Amino acid sequence: MATTADSFQAHTEDHAHDADHKPGFFARWFMSTNHKDIGTLYLIFAIIAGIVGGAISGIMRMELAEPGIQHLQWWAQFMGGSADFDTALHMWNVFITAHGLIMVFFMVMPAMIGGFGNWFVPLMIGAPDMAFPRMNNVSFWLTVAGFVSLLFSLFVPGGTGPGAGTGWTVYAPLSTTGSTGPAVDFAIFSLHLAGAGSILGATNFITTIFNMRAPGMTLHKMPLFVWSVLVTAFLLLLALPVLAAAITMLITDRNFGTTFFDPAGGGDPILYQHLFWFFGHPEVYIMILPGFGMISQIVSTFSRKPVFGYLGMAYAMVAIGVVGFVVWAHHMYTVGLDVNTKMYFTAATMVIAVPTGVKIFSWIATMWGGSIEFKSPMVWSIGMIFLFTVGGVTGVYLANGGVDDVVHDTYFVVAHFHYVLSMGAVFSMFAGFYYWFPKMSGRMHSELLSHLHFWGFFIGVNVIFFPQHFLGLQGMPRRYPDYADAYAYWNEISSFGYMLMAASMIFFFVNIVYAFVAGKKAADNPWGEGATTLEWTLSSPPPFHQFETLPVIEDHHTAHDHMSKPQPA
Amino acid sequence: MKNLGSLNGFHRIVASLAMAAMLAFGAQGAVAQTAAEAAVAEQAEAADPAVAADASSEDVAAGAAAYTPMKPTEGKGMPVAKGIDVQEQFSPIGQQANALHIGLVWVMALISIFVLALFVYVILRFNKRANPVPSKTSHNTLIEVIWTVVPALILLAIAVPSIGLLSAQYKSPPEDAITVKAIGYQWYWGYAYPDNGDFEVVSNMLDKEEAEARGEPHQLAVDNRMVVPAGVPIRFQTTAADVIHSFAVPSLWFKLDAVPGRLNEKMLFIDEPGVYYGQCSELCGARHGYMPIAIEALPMDQYNAWVLAQGGTIAGAEAEAAEAAPLQEPESSVPGAAGAGTAPTV
Repeated sequence: MATTADSFQAHTEDHAHDADHKPGFFARWFMSTNHKDIGTLYLIFAIIAGIVGGAISGIMRMELAEPGIQHLQWWAQFMGGSADFDTALHMWNVFITAHGLIMVFFMVMPAMIGGFGNWFVPLMIGAPDMAFPRMNNVSFWLTVAGFVSLLFSLFVPGGTGPGAGTGWTVYAPLSTTGSTGPAVDFAIFSLHLAGAGSILGATNFITTIFNMRAPGMTLHKMPLFVWSVLVTAFLLLLALPVLAAAITMLITDRNFGTTFFDPAGGGDPILYQHLFWFFGHPEVYIMILPGFGMISQIVSTFSRKPVFGYLGMAYAMVAIGVVGFVVWAHHMYTVGLDVNTKMYFTAATMVIAVPTGVKIFSWIATMWGGSIEFKSPMVWSIGMIFLFTVGGVTGVYLANGGVDDVVHDTYFVVAHFHYVLSMGAVFSMFAGFYYWFPKMSGRMHSELLSHLHFWGFFIGVNVIFFPQHFLGLQGMPRRYPDYADAYAYWNEISSFGYMLMAASMIFFFVNIVYAFVAGKKAADNPWGEGATTLEWTLSSPPPFHQFETLPVIEDHHTAHDHMSKPQPA
Repeated sequence: MKNLGSLNGFHRIVASLAMAAMLAFGAQGAVAQTAAEAAVAEQAEAADPAVAADASSEDVAAGAAAYTPMKPTEGKGMPVAKGIDVQEQFSPIGQQANALHIGLVWVMALISIFVLALFVYVILRFNKRANPVPSKTSHNTLIEVIWTVVPALILLAIAVPSIGLLSAQYKSPPEDAITVKAIGYQWYWGYAYPDNGDFEVVSNMLDKEEAEARGEPHQLAVDNRMVVPAGVPIRFQTTAADVIHSFAVPSLWFKLDAVPGRLNEKMLFIDEPGVYYGQCSELCGARHGYMPIAIEALPMDQYNAWVLAQGGTIAGAEAEAAEAAPLQEPESSVPGAAGAGTAPTV
């Protein structure tokens, strides 16, 4: 992004034009075709979904704070079910299902790809908007419709009680013959809608990134966040249709007499798992790759140094994306795979640790020799890198098919994927939020509040999830509302951690309110010379339409640009 | 939980923070161990032998005089309070896997500590005050090759024993091994013994009062255990009648899904007599958390006595009379068996 600060003055030009002519409220927010407005909608949506999903995990931690069933009967009645024991236990399954689906499909994905992707991919590549602005709007409202369908499923019969209690994986035959009533149909339909929205979004991003880069911005000069969204978009495009197929087969098995997953008619429940995880494993990279991209931008900005090993970083993400498609059966180590299959998936899964290691070490090398400022986005990024490392090494542990037998489907796995998601993905989302909030809103947030938020959240999530490793090693299965007394100690500490984490979120919300009420006006580039990407050349907030004259990316800057060296490609 | 109840709120906070601190410094540990021992001792005292004897005598009436359910040994085959590591292992696979587990924990800890140390150094040495002028370095081929190759070598070093463990886990049982089949139902287990006259034992969870009366951990104790011989290989099979369940016993490093329409098989070998608890480990509906597994491993002669008490036949004797023996009746003809369809009352 060489040069734009000198050779291109987007904001001064834009102010002179009618770029800030905005449509009326309804047309602007409900029929939006503006990537920044749609990004804002996605972020607001993700925050709302995050509050719902986070509240559900609070109910879960409250129930798990001590052995026995304490609160589930109350919740079952509250949700419109009867007070008997089975309905209460079904309620538990509904909570774990809803928590998983909401956090994956309606919090992380909308925030990362819909929110930050929409906002900053066009800005970073010097494009006026996304390639298909109306389709962009359809993507968002399909996601909202999916969320509504999922919430609706909570209040209709789902077998032993109201709601879909199948787990986010919706395994057959529990999700077919095992759950009567329309709740599971609504939950599945919710995935159809959200998935369709994501596929449309993915095509939009791929088209935008391939066709709308500013003159001079080759693929090898694209900011790493754009690279990360590009790889993510391909993963979405290839993985989601497989999910759509699998859950459509669930629908027909449930309602139209097919037996894709029913052995009584020649089907196989394991077929569903293969299809699901062929989607499901790339899905976890879909959730974390945009975070990788954000962390790269932020670490480079606050170290005042170009990203170390730019090409290695970009192609590490490509490698993670590619290998991510051929490791799915490590989620199925105990289903009865044959020995050669298990050996292959063990080896293939461990391979992913190599490009992931390249990323971790490159981030540290970016900081090495830098002049690091510990602003709020940077502390969240450092937290993310370290905690993701912890989640990564437990991933290597779990990759071993033989070792996995003892911890498969236990709290160890819960701890592992919350370290990579609840800390990897969520920390990078908070890092990205604090990084770009001044750009998006035009107001500075409070550094003090965001640091308090960080420390509360950092300690909180570790107190929640680190003891869950112990629980899993001791054998506590996941998706259990009740447990033997031996598991009580770490469960109670884990629930205590939840309270700490939840309390820290107060700082987050207060901070947003503070910024809008009393926050200082944000400069075009509040982060200084380390912030070299194009969005910082625009005003804060950027004009309603930007880059009506395309910026030109030149090659002569060597001072601060990490992509300045001419690349052989 | 008794020992938690005695901690007031402040102590819990301290304990949590201490845990966070341990985490931060990478040393998880030793602290919990003594506390766990104390808890075990406390619980052992609390169990009243008279009550346990009483409960077991009831059971004998249901079976035959030859068999009395074994009293579980505290801390063996079950989780221990405040435990932070895998359960003690009682199978050859468990011991082999445990060795690899220990190695992996070290690798995980060292890598995490190494990355943490790098961060601490970078934060102290290259912060804005200590290093006001950033360097311009953005490439170093050598270091990039190193941090690609070294992790790959570490992974290779892990892969070798890991693949070895896998091939050991897939060793077939000898042909004359006794077959035991676990069938998952919503929400209880059935254990069939096709080599012993094909009877089926139905195993339901005991409620809390009854489990405690028998001196067993609640949520893990069952009315009828899966009884198997110790010290010999067992051909162990799983399947399910309704939805997917998973047969898991942490102290044997064993987990195998029970899938409708499939018959999964694995060798099970239990080193010594004892009671080994496990739980269903695949979400199977409302009472997923309420269908535990209890294996009782007995010396061969006691196992045979148990089989006879169940109305079964001794495997060896059966083999001798194999030619003369009539065809086995279908499993579903046995009352309470898979196809028979009557779910037992909880």
